[in-house]
Amino acid sequence: MTGPAPHREYTDRVAAGTVPCQTCDGCLSAVFPPRVICPSCGGADLRWSESAGLGTVYSASVLSPRDADPYSVVLVDLDERFRMMSTVVDIPARDVRIGMRVRARVERDGPSGPRIVFTAEEGEGRHEPA
Amino acid sequence: MSPRDLRGATAIVGVAESDLGEVGPDRYAIELAAQAAGAALAEAGLTTRDVDGLFCAIAGRGMAPLDVAEYLGIRPRYTDGTMVGGSSFVSHLHHAALAITSGACDVALIVYGSTARSDSGRGRLATGPPELPSYEAAYRPRMPITGYALAAARHMHQFGTTRTQLAEVAVAARRWARLNPKAFARDPLTVEDVLAARMVSSPLTSLDCCLVTDGGGAVVVTSAARAADLPRPPVYLLGAGEAHWHRAISQMPDLTVTAATESSARAYAMAGVGPEDVDMVQLYDAFTINTILFLEDLGFCAKGEGGDFVSGGRIAPGGDLPVNTNGGGLSYCHPGMYGIFPLIEATRQIRGEAGMRQQPGVTIAVAHGNGGQLSSQVTAVLGGRDSL
Ligand SMILES: [Zn+2]
Repeated sequence: MTGPAPHREYTDRVAAGTVPCQTCDGCLSAVFPPRVICPSCGGADLRWSESAGLGTVYSASVLSPRDADPYSVVLVDLDERFRMMSTVVDIPARDVRIGMRVRARVERDGPSGPRIVFTAEEGEGRHEPA
Repeated sequence: MSPRDLRGATAIVGVAESDLGEVGPDRYAIELAAQAAGAALAEAGLTTRDVDGLFCAIAGRGMAPLDVAEYLGIRPRYTDGTMVGGSSFVSHLHHAALAITSGACDVALIVYGSTARSDSGRGRLATGPPELPSYEAAYRPRMPITGYALAAARHMHQFGTTRTQLAEVAVAARRWARLNPKAFARDPLTVEDVLAARMVSSPLTSLDCCLVTDGGGAVVVTSAARAADLPRPPVYLLGAGEAHWHRAISQMPDLTVTAATESSARAYAMAGVGPEDVDMVQLYDAFTINTILFLEDLGFCAKGEGGDFVSGGRIAPGGDLPVNTNGGGLSYCHPGMYGIFPLIEATRQIRGEAGMRQQPGVTIAVAHGNGGQLSSQVTAVLGGRDSL
């Protein structure tokens, strides 16, 4: 096969600080996770592109390990029309809400290398101090 | 041959569980599979010598049919190792019916075993390279629970489903389990107990989650013609349907609508029946949200109304629609891939052999399997003689 290996290209682009996805030249679908063929139309001409990193929380769960702080696991619908699993940082996990607008950033020291995380957009989910 | 030609063409003639619960560190999954196979064949008046079609899946064993055939001394002329998680065995039933009616085999053995409970803590779990890079693992979901938790959270957000309604599912399962001597969890359980249990992955508590037990099961299938000469009342396969749309939960198009909408439509069309004709439902309740989603997607209530539907004991003993009369994966047994047990329980109920939990006049039952993360959905419609 020619062209960059999808997963390697993805991790390189995340490490460079972007939110990568692919776009199908045939049907213009956003494609994620990375592939060598478009799951919408079967076309093989996938171009690497970059999400602006803005999205909406589609669903959310809070995990509370016995030995660590609670954290959220969310599904985010990016505005470019693809969905990914992630986590919302910078606010308490219990304050993450479905429908909340979020913005991506790359966390360099993720548990298994650089990863994309999200922060709540201004006015979303920040409770006023009591 | 059209799908309708499968209706009533084959029948389940033997079913059995292996030892369930906790079998101890010296036992292996294949032994439970073999024990169940022997018992199901004995019930059918057959032996391993009669089996010429083998259908099996065992977690962590990539060549399970080869292992099982060697172990049982079977030399199948037709083998199917379809592995779609917990729905595999309902899928095997569909495939067995196709194989039998096309003449590829005469006697099909569907078999499963697992020592999931005894495996924990003795380092026997198989680990291997991931099939694909994961785009989820970096966020530390606790799988499979978090996948189902995300579906539950979305269902609550979209339809107003409540944690109390989820808890009703667990309580109904427990009330059935208390009527089943083989059930693993038989202590009384209340909605308050479920709500107060440790939150594992919100909104699901530990009591919204299935058990982890050991266990195996087997189902023997043959042609309707041959079934007529065997000792037990045949339980006919009236319809079957399969569908899957995703593997990873983050790729599920709509977390509130499963592929069971399609699998059940296919099964009902083949059977020529609808949900209004069904006397009881045995479905794969790995988590409390499953029961709500599947009752909706199998057509027993409208989308979004599953929470209301399960409330007030409607699916519990004495309710309008008996669901998971063995106690389900939540309270009876759950060795990791539960899908063979709905077939076993539906068969027993149709035969009238379910003891204290037997429901009157069961002619048509739905058995529904789920695999992966709400991924693979397989529906079977089973019926007794009066359904033909
Ligand atoms: Zn395309």
